Amino acid sequence: MLKQTEGSRAVAETVAHCRPEVIAAYPISPQTHIVEELSRLVKSGALKPCEYVNVESEFAAMSMCIGASAAGARTYTATASQGLLYMVEALYNASGLGLPIVMTVANRAIGAPINIWNDHSDSMSQRDSGWIQLYARDNQEASDLHPQAFRLAEELSLPVMVCMDGFVLTHAWERIDVPEQAQLDAFLPPYEPRQVLDPDEPVSIGAMVGPEAFTEVRYLAHAKQMQALEAIPRVAAEFRRVFGRESGGLIHPYRCEDAETIVVALGSVFGTVCDVVDEMRERGVRIGALAITSFRPFPLQAVRAVLGGVRQVVVLERALAVGIGGIVSANVRTALSGIQLDGHTVIAGLGGRAITKVSLHRLFDDAIAGRLEQLTFLDLNTALVERELARMARTRRSGPSAENILRDAGSNR
Amino acid sequence: MSAAPQVRFYQVGSFAAGNRLLGPGLQSDQADPARANALTCGHRACQGCGEALGARYILDAAQRAAGGKVIAVNATGCLEVFSTPYPETSWQLPWLHSLFGNAPAVAAGVAAALRAKGRTDIRVVGQGGDGGTVDIGLGCLSGMFERNDDVLYVCYDNEAYMNTGVQRSGATPPTARTATTQAVGEEPGAPFGQGKNLPLIAMAHEIPYVATATVAGLRDLEAKVHRAMGMRGARYLHVLVPCPLGWGTASHDTVRIARLAEQTGLFPVFEAKDGEVTDVTPIRRRLPVEEYLRPQKRYAHLFQPELRTDVIARLQRTADRNIARFGLLAQEEASS
Repeated sequence: MLKQTEGSRAVAETVAHCRPEVIAAYPISPQTHIVEELSRLVKSGALKPCEYVNVESEFAAMSMCIGASAAGARTYTATASQGLLYMVEALYNASGLGLPIVMTVANRAIGAPINIWNDHSDSMSQRDSGWIQLYARDNQEASDLHPQAFRLAEELSLPVMVCMDGFVLTHAWERIDVPEQAQLDAFLPPYEPRQVLDPDEPVSIGAMVGPEAFTEVRYLAHAKQMQALEAIPRVAAEFRRVFGRESGGLIHPYRCEDAETIVVALGSVFGTVCDVVDEMRERGVRIGALAITSFRPFPLQAVRAVLGGVRQVVVLERALAVGIGGIVSANVRTALSGIQLDGHTVIAGLGGRAITKVSLHRLFDDAIAGRLEQLTFLDLNTALVERELARMARTRRSGPSAENILRDAGSNR
Repeated sequence: MSAAPQVRFYQVGSFAAGNRLLGPGLQSDQADPARANALTCGHRACQGCGEALGARYILDAAQRAAGGKVIAVNATGCLEVFSTPYPETSWQLPWLHSLFGNAPAVAAGVAAALRAKGRTDIRVVGQGGDGGTVDIGLGCLSGMFERNDDVLYVCYDNEAYMNTGVQRSGATPPTARTATTQAVGEEPGAPFGQGKNLPLIAMAHEIPYVATATVAGLRDLEAKVHRAMGMRGARYLHVLVPCPLGWGTASHDTVRIARLAEQTGLFPVFEAKDGEVTDVTPIRRRLPVEEYLRPQKRYAHLFQPELRTDVIARLQRTADRNIARFGLLAQEEASS
């Protein structure tokens, strides 16, 4: 039903229509509105049967999801930022055990310094955890990705993370078509676990595996994720048949057909990027944009098919891999191995800094004019960082090193 | 007992066989050839492992109490490692291992799933060693207590991290030698401190049932499992399980050492309901702590090169305090 609502609330209602049987929740901004609404839906009786469990930490939340999922219940939780990192040990465990848990990540920066605003540092840090990662471009897609996530998780026996930008999407009010119960029931069948803890047919789950089989187990984990490359578009197509909407899938190209320059982005910034692309197209610039919805598994072939023939690729990164630069760029580069083109990494919007159309216009103009560095921090306050770097160079480090003695001698002159 | 007990078979000189001569109501679960056999033989525990012994008795009893409908959740540790080297398993019941510090939360998740599915017939037992319980898993355990999740959690306390090579845990007693509290220096072994008394911490949560037991009192252990399984909500069982490897004791001495821990008062055996102690197992023949310490290599530095009467006296005071606090002396001895 189409209505004006908050992103978090739309997600919560959609998740409720997916009929989860266990929800474990610990509050963290900006995920809170999702689990608050779900607690209301469970307590009011609108969502039943469902056990809503208030836990003492995100580590316990994911651990409880592991137990519930292994016992055959459809299981859901949501988190963000430090909370996701507090779960990490259990995240790897959930995927290793092949448990189809669905989790919303309301993307937020990681401290220190503490910062509650949006970027992708949290979910990007879990790119190797074995979870499928889907990134929503807007609140309609954030809502729509959840039924698809349950379908994928349960078909593949793998956990799925739905990533939506914190505050930018979670707290934004929009017109959203929240799927009705009957529609959802037509799309998402009841959960049939691959294996379940059942006293009538006992199984041991989570046995120790030594060197003789561990590589094979990991290989199979990889092979299973690669199967998702086929399943994700198929489930998205089925979703379109039932709901009549385009949501999910591996990638979303926008005006890429004849583009010489393509901007790659994930999440809510894609809307702004598309606006800028439209405006630049009016000026006759051959530019396009590519959203990557499925970051894990990474759709190497699909990305190569779109970017393979262009002159220039600019990857907008919403997280920083300290010591190297871009995370998404490295994956895009793998997709383009053997192809010569002009590639740029742009670190943008860290910790909630607004990514404005003005900045993007300047950025893309620079790229097209050949003025863009390979690694750029969008809207960096260069005066501030240069001042700080100079101060750091002046400051004495501990120890009687020759460098410090010479610096002291210099300062005495 | 009116009905004549049914004798299945007989072994001369065996306490277990004597057990079989008792009426059905008094027999040990283990005396029944049709017991659940939750943890089969052929696992890889050390000879004389107190934890293997305890786990077998506890899960068989839990299975009997629940009509065979039990799901076990295990923390990382010896019990998990020696029972499930892929592709083998010693578990005859549904069993789930996730991580070291999350067994209480995983067990609570299983319980939540069963509640959602309306399966009140299936019961959940969580289990872990003292490291997984009193140290890394304490937060999850406290959460499980606080929510009163319908789980019986069992801590197999062998008083150190035995699986990783005998390092100190929050349950290691003072002066005990471990790989990280070596018997060297001014105060050899683990330092004296307040200790982390998890049964008392559990009682502070006012959960329906808290009990301690040792593998010396196996009938008592079974009875406590049956009692716990007769209740709903969060229940906690803390079982002393001597570790021949870590304690430096003979493999055949496990039960005797556990009994000495009880008889000296160092390990008080009691039950508590809703936060109040309701019953204690009295000490029938009180012994000085020295009798318990002497056979264990982890306390060898208290006896050589010189006898540390001062340290032993300090440990004796701990035992005396336990005896007074829980009223552990049997009536006749207390009055004599």
